[in-house]
This record gives sequence, C-alpha cells and structure tokens, in this order.
Amino acid sequence: MNYGYYPGCSLERNAAAYDVSTRAVAAHLGLGLDELEDWNCCGATEYIAINKLAAYALIGRNLALAQKQLHAPGNGRLAADGRAQLVAPCSACFLNLRKADRYLQDDETLRTATNEALAAGGLRYDPGTIFVRHLLDVMVNDVGFEEIKRRVTKPLTGLRVAPYYGCLLVRPRLGGELSNAEYPTELDQLMKALGAEVVDFPLKAHCCGGHMTQISAEVAYELLRRLLQNAADYKADVIVTLCPMCQLNLDAYQSRVNQHFGAGFNLPILYFTQMMGLAFGLDEKALGFGKEIVSAAAALAKIGEPPKAGAPARRRKDDKALPMPGAKP
Amino acid sequence: MAERIGVYVCHCGSNIAGVVDVVQVAQWAAGRLKHRGVIIARDYKFMCSSLGQELIEQDIKELGLTRVVVAACSPHLHEQTFRNACARAGLNPYLCELVSIREQVSWVHTDKVAATEKAKAVTSGGVERVLWDEPLEPLRVPIHPATLVVGGGIAGIQAALEIADGGHRVYLVEREPSIGGHMAQFDKTFPTLDCAACILTPKMVSVGMHPNITMMTWSEVEKVEGYVGNFTVTVRQKARCVKTDLCTGCGVCEEKCPKKVVDNVFEAGLGYRKAIYTPFAQAVPKYPVIDRENCTYFQKGTCKACEKFCPTGAIDFSQQDELITLQVGNIVLATGFDLFDSRRIPQYGYGRLANVFTSLEFERMCNAAGPTNGNVVLRDGLTAPKTVGIIHCVGSRDKNFNNYCSAICCMQSLKFAHIVKERTGAEVYNFYIDMRTAAKAYDEFDQRVRDEGTHVIRGRAAEVTDAARMPGEEGKLIIQAEDTLIGRQRRIPVDMVLLAAGLEPRRDAKQTAQLFGLSCSADGWFIEKHPKLDPVATMTEGIFIAGCVQGPKDIPNSVVQGAAAAARVQGRIQQKEISLEPVRASINEHRCSGCRICNNLCPFNAILFHDDRMVSEINPALCQGCGTCVAACPAGAISGTVFSNEQILAQIQGLLMLNLNGGRVEELVAA
Repeated sequence: MNYGYYPGCSLERNAAAYDVSTRAVAAHLGLGLDELEDWNCCGATEYIAINKLAAYALIGRNLALAQKQLHAPGNGRLAADGRAQLVAPCSACFLNLRKADRYLQDDETLRTATNEALAAGGLRYDPGTIFVRHLLDVMVNDVGFEEIKRRVTKPLTGLRVAPYYGCLLVRPRLGGELSNAEYPTELDQLMKALGAEVVDFPLKAHCCGGHMTQISAEVAYELLRRLLQNAADYKADVIVTLCPMCQLNLDAYQSRVNQHFGAGFNLPILYFTQMMGLAFGLDEKALGFGKEIVSAAAALAKIGEPPKAGAPARRRKDDKALPMPGAKP
Repeated sequence: MAERIGVYVCHCGSNIAGVVDVVQVAQWAAGRLKHRGVIIARDYKFMCSSLGQELIEQDIKELGLTRVVVAACSPHLHEQTFRNACARAGLNPYLCELVSIREQVSWVHTDKVAATEKAKAVTSGGVERVLWDEPLEPLRVPIHPATLVVGGGIAGIQAALEIADGGHRVYLVEREPSIGGHMAQFDKTFPTLDCAACILTPKMVSVGMHPNITMMTWSEVEKVEGYVGNFTVTVRQKARCVKTDLCTGCGVCEEKCPKKVVDNVFEAGLGYRKAIYTPFAQAVPKYPVIDRENCTYFQKGTCKACEKFCPTGAIDFSQQDELITLQVGNIVLATGFDLFDSRRIPQYGYGRLANVFTSLEFERMCNAAGPTNGNVVLRDGLTAPKTVGIIHCVGSRDKNFNNYCSAICCMQSLKFAHIVKERTGAEVYNFYIDMRTAAKAYDEFDQRVRDEGTHVIRGRAAEVTDAARMPGEEGKLIIQAEDTLIGRQRRIPVDMVLLAAGLEPRRDAKQTAQLFGLSCSADGWFIEKHPKLDPVATMTEGIFIAGCVQGPKDIPNSVVQGAAAAARVQGRIQQKEISLEPVRASINEHRCSGCRICNNLCPFNAILFHDDRMVSEINPALCQGCGTCVAACPAGAISGTVFSNEQILAQIQGLLMLNLNGGRVEELVAA
C-alpha cells in the first residue's frame, strides 16, 4: 500500500524520533510513504484564530500539493473511491488537513477565496479529492492487528503502558477518526498486540494543555500533573503517545511540573511507532530512542520480565463479591 | 341508464372554507359537471354531522342518486361515515367516493384562488372515478374465539387474565421459564413503594390456575399464518428436560446441580443460578428447565446429578423441542423491552469500573430475594456505600443513541435515591436533565425524595472516572457534570454510581415484527394504528400491541394497554364474525402466464399457485388490497377492486379536466 506522507514541522525537530521510527516501521511493514514535495507548516492550532483565509490558504496549499502529486497520471496511489490517501502522524496536522478538506467543501465562499489565493502559486484544491488519515488509523485499520501480531519478534512483555490519545485525534467528528471520541481503544489494542501490559488510562483522551505552556504555564502544569499522576497511580512504566505536542509537553515539562507541585514523576513519554519498531526487533537507534528527555532506558529494561501477578485466585466459597458485567463464573 | 351523481362539499368549519371557496366549488360542480351526471351539488358547514349525513340520505331517496362524491377530509377519517350514510339510504356504500380537499388542499395551500381551482379539480377527479365504482359486498369471516398473547410480562398477564375472565380461551406464550417479565425483577414500585412481587405474584398465580389460560413458558412463536379471525400459529415448546406431570417443584435438582452460571437474564448479571433452574422462588410455573448450553451432562456427557436426586424421576434428558399448532382469532403482542447497554457509553465506565451499576442490576440488588438479600453494597459484596450518584437519561434523550425519553427513568432514579437513603443513610446525588414526573402522585414523590435530603443536580454527567484530581477524590468514583442551575462544573466523589439506562426495543424486535406482519418505527418500537385514537390496534387486522413493545412506559400504563387490548379482542370475539373491506385483488386466469412473480411479493402470503393449471390465485380473505401484485404483474392480469386501472385513469383524467371541456387547463394557468 502507498500513501502520501505529510510529516509536519515538529517531526523535523522535536519529534524527530517519531519521524524516523515511522519511516523505519513503514519500511518494515512494506508501506510506501511518498513524502509531499515542498510541503509547508499546517498553521498549528493558533493561526486559524488569527486570519482565517490565510490559515486556509496555508493548509490548503498542502492539500493542493497532495492533489497535484498524488493524482498525477500513473501515480497509482488512488483509493477505490478515487481519493488519494494522505497520512499525517501529527494530530494537529491531521486535524487541520481534515478540517480544511471538510470546511472547504461546505463553505463555497471560503473555497473560492482560498483557491484564488492558491492560484497565485499556480495551485488549486478540489475538496474531497484527498482522504486525510492519521498514522494510527492506517496502522490499525489498513495493516491490522493480525499482521502486526505476526511481525512481533520481541514482545513487550512486562512493560506497563499507559496509552495516551490526546484530544485532537478523537474530535471533532469529521470522519477518519477513531471509533469512540470519549474512550477510544485502538492504541490500547495495538499495544496489547505488541505484548505490552496496557493499563486502563481514564484520562487517555483528555487535553495535555497544548500551547497553554506559553500562555498560562500554571494551567498547563495542572493539566500535565493530572495526566502524569493518573499514569503513575496506575503504575505505568511509560506513556505512549501519537502526537508530538502531547509528547513535548509531557516530556519536556515534566521536571517543571515536578518542581511546581513538589512531585517526583519519572515517566518516559514515547511514540507508538517506537514501540512497534521495538517489538518488531528493529535497531533501537534507528527508532530514535535516546532523544527523549525523561530517559526510557530504565523502563525499557523491564521488557521481558515475567509478569508479577500469579494466576488469579480461585473464587472462595464464602466470597461475597458480585460478578462484573459480562463475567464468566 | 345514466348515473345520477350528488356532490357534497364540506366547509369543515373554517378548516376548508377558510382557504377554499366551497360555495363556488359546489356551484361549479353543479354547472360544469352536469354533463357527467351531476344532478345536485351542495355545500354544508359540517358534512360529517348528522344533519350533513341526513342531507345525503334525503337526496338519495328523493332524487334517486346512484353515486355520491363527498369533497371533505381524508378518507382515513370519514370514508366510513359517508359510506354508512349511503348504506342507510339504500345505496351500496362502495358507490360513494370521499375526496380530500382538506389535507391535500386547504391545509397545504395559502393562495385562495388557486386552492379553490385545485378543489374543483379534485372534485372532478372524484366524479370521474365514481362513475367506474362497482357495488361491492363486504367479506364476512368468522372469528375464532381463542386468543394468543405473546409475552408474559405485566402487560401480557393483564391482557390474558381479562380475556380469560371474559370466558374465552387464551394461549400465553413466554420465552423464559417463568412468566412475570421485568416487573418480577423489581423490588419496589414507584410512587407508592409497594413491593413488586406482592402485587405481581397473585396475578401470576391466577394465570397459572386459570381454567381458560393455557400457559406455554420456555416457548417461542415460530410461524404465523392466516388472517384476522383465523390465525394458525406454530409455537416451539423448547425442551425443558423436566416432565411437568411428575415434577413437584421441590427444588432438590437445583440444589444438587454442580454447575453455577452467571444469570444474565433474571439477575441481570449480578447473581448466579444453576444449569437447571427456576429463575426465582415464586416462578410460575414452578417447574425448572435445563439450560443445555451450560449443563455438564449436555456438554460433557456425564453428571446427571439432578436425575439422581430427583425424588419423582421427573428429569428427562431425551426431551426434544416440540412444535405445537394453535388456532386463534386474535393476537396480542406484549413482548416488552430490553435495557440499553450502558457499555455503549464508555465514559460512564460500566463494565470497567466495578462500582458502576445499571438500574436493573440495582433492582436486583435491593430486592430481598436478590443476590445480596436486599443489602445495598459495592461490587465486593460487603461494603455499604457512603455516597451514591445516580445518572439519569443514560442512552435516552441523546442524539448519539436514542432521541426519545424512556419515560420511567426519572421516577425509577428517585425511587433508587429513596431506597439507598433508607437502607444505608448514604448521601445521594441525582444528575438529571429535566425531572419528568408527569403522572398521578409522581411529582409528590419527587418532592418527598428531595425533602428526604437527596441532592439533585441539573446537568448531564460528562464522565465517571477513578482518576483522582483533588484531595478527597482518591479511591472514589468522580462524577463530573455541569450544574446548569449555577453554571458551574462540579466533581462529586462517590462510592457507587447507578446508571438509569433507557429502554430499547427487544434486540429481535424487527424479526418479531416481520413474523407477525407489523411495522416498526425508526426507533424500533411497534407502530400502533393511531397514536392517539387507536393506541393498541395495529395496521394488521386482528393483531394488537400492549406495553413497552409499543414504546417505553411504566407499569400503570402497561396494565392499561393490556386491559385495552383485551377489551378490543373481547369485542371482536363477541361479534363472532368480522366483515372485511372488499378491497381485494383478483387474477384474470386467462391472462395469467404463471410466472409466479406475484407469489413472493405478496406480504400477506395471500397468493397460491395451482401447479395443474399453471396459474396463480388470490385468497380474498388473506388479501389486504395493498396493490403490490397489481403493479408487479407483467401480463396485467391482476386488478384490484376499488383501485382498478379504469378507476385510477378516470380519476387522473378528471383531475386534469381533460374529459370535460378542453380549455380548462389553460384557464387554470391563467387564473
């Protein structure tokens, strides 16, 4: 399978580990990632609030480039419905691309104005010609758990993983997102397929604070503390993310949060593609390990340890506990 | 002989006359349609009033009318009224046409001139059509005096008892091993708080003992054939593996059975039963059944503990399902509801967080005969909660799941609040969207529960989480909600959460509807004949609905519908026969090519095929006159009475005013 690939700015800098691990895992799985030529920034989360037309022209340029490149004759990257598939690993990029495609479709005035702006660069975008996908969606729904399980050579046994989705991937519901906005389970299942022990992480779709670290740091620290506290309460060894913003906030600001609240969190924050590569037995250096600020070395050393919990205790005769929903006696 | 037609234009107060110039329509019909045989045209304030009807009767007698056209409301409303009037005056009722100038003209137009012209066209269509009408005689079929009631919940029980008390045979078919339905699972009933079992079990016993009721539990309806008055129903009596003539219901088998199973039906998953079981102590009938899927003998071939210990030798592993054929005249469907699956709202944590319970689980928990002997405790079975949160509208009034209000949950949640307070003294928080307590003594109950100190928070709960954020939240379940009365987010830490899950149609409601030839609404509830004026009848003659199968409702309303359906059925039985509308299709054998296309299309299985002559024939008693076969027949061999090709084409010509005087269409456009 082949996809257009839009890495986005963070994957060139702070999230370089995400980029290299994505490319390594994709190559291993035989996914063709065809990087957009001359792509530009998606405008992140702020620009749309400052100048709408400019924001849509900025993101629309990428869609127009994708249309030109992926719909080129003989390119062979069109899906059965005639759309070309464009993959974005970053949740903010995914949301912006998805949003622009939808709103340009719905709003004729905006579409005309945006295309007028794009025409200055000799480009145009016809909404609906590009199907924007998040990398997790592609891994889970196109590659599939069975294939992923089959590829695992070094299962992540013994590692307790908190799967963290963040808020941008799951809503708003514009199509192409995960199955449930409030309590998605795709990343949970993926980590299970890799052999990891997945903890129930109630805050999995809560916000990491986004750019609030720059505007009102204390608000962001509180949001981050909740996430770290919850993962620690569940005795997670690592938090696995799929968004460069979430990773950056949780990783880079962890020591500030510790300072601010007098806490001692020490949770490595890793990308799900790094975990996939690890379980597939790929070279750790090629997966970008070591770039994280809170070191993952100690946590990763746990992989392969036998599970601590013994066999579940037999139900005693005088046990009064009520069965859980869907339980078998 | 030329036909003598009378045209009657109704004002319907101002309903029609407010938009259509009815006087002009009548005058126009008298003048312009004279050459089509119209000898009199009148307008009248209310044609359906007795004076209006007398007008028609008088004209038939005095002027010798041979056809009647009434331009008024929809035939759904008053066709029967005017047909009866004609019949009283000695005219065959099927020579009367009712055309709608209200629903199709005055109610949907504002331009008075155009509406008046359209009313003329509609009337003209009626006149052209009535000329092709034929005198028909209604079909009379006998009503079999026995009735089938499907579903042994409170609605079905009520219907069965009332019909049986009226002296008629009732077959009560129930899928589970015992009758009683959901009501048997409940502890107390709102708003009086009387015990559900105390008021239900006497009725169950009456059903079991009634000489006119044949109770068939552990049974399901498999096939329904026939038509009103003459249904042939096939019921599958599932193998009980217990000989009911020998079993005394002593319960030894259940005690000795080594196989324990989570009871997902009666105990709502909160308790256990054995592989051989009666669902509860007061079950009617008292005989147990063997659940073959879980029975060690049926799965592994050894055990037979029940057989060994049974003092009367009543266990029979070799029993097979039996198919039983019943003849009945009427059917009452009271198949009830299923609870909304709260796992579909993962942010409420049901199935993940141990101390989140559904309403039905809690009913079992507070029932003295339930898994905890009526103690309100957490999932560990021991600890009493100190704070309890109750979330209303779970899966109801939510566009992600069901738009409708489930009607019972507000009162049920208030009842829960009262019970929790009474048994544990815990603090109780009810999270509601709107408090809906609109029935006799319901609002007073709401007041009472609030006076007892239950906290009510107006706001839909956003989530239930065990992720502690603030001191005091550790180890608790936190319900986060916007309190819309103070305009603030609130986080209430509680020990136990109860989800007032909504009511949904049975998972197999669509198959049931198909089996009985009924239709479901988009939500899946069965559709009544008229939402206000005929709430227990259906569009299929002879089949009635009662209780939650028609839509969410509480016990009093289910009983009301059960009784109403029984009254309708008894009325039918009393008449001994029913006249069926002679709106039927028939096949011209000479034109039928025997292609059999119509055979499978007929939704009422009314068409049979004669192999010897290679032609199809329609059973007039089964045919409902839907017209599907008429439209489908490639040879044009099928025609329908009242809807023949001639009638329809004539009506169209009349509407377009082609037959009358060429220029009318242009005149209309000019106007």
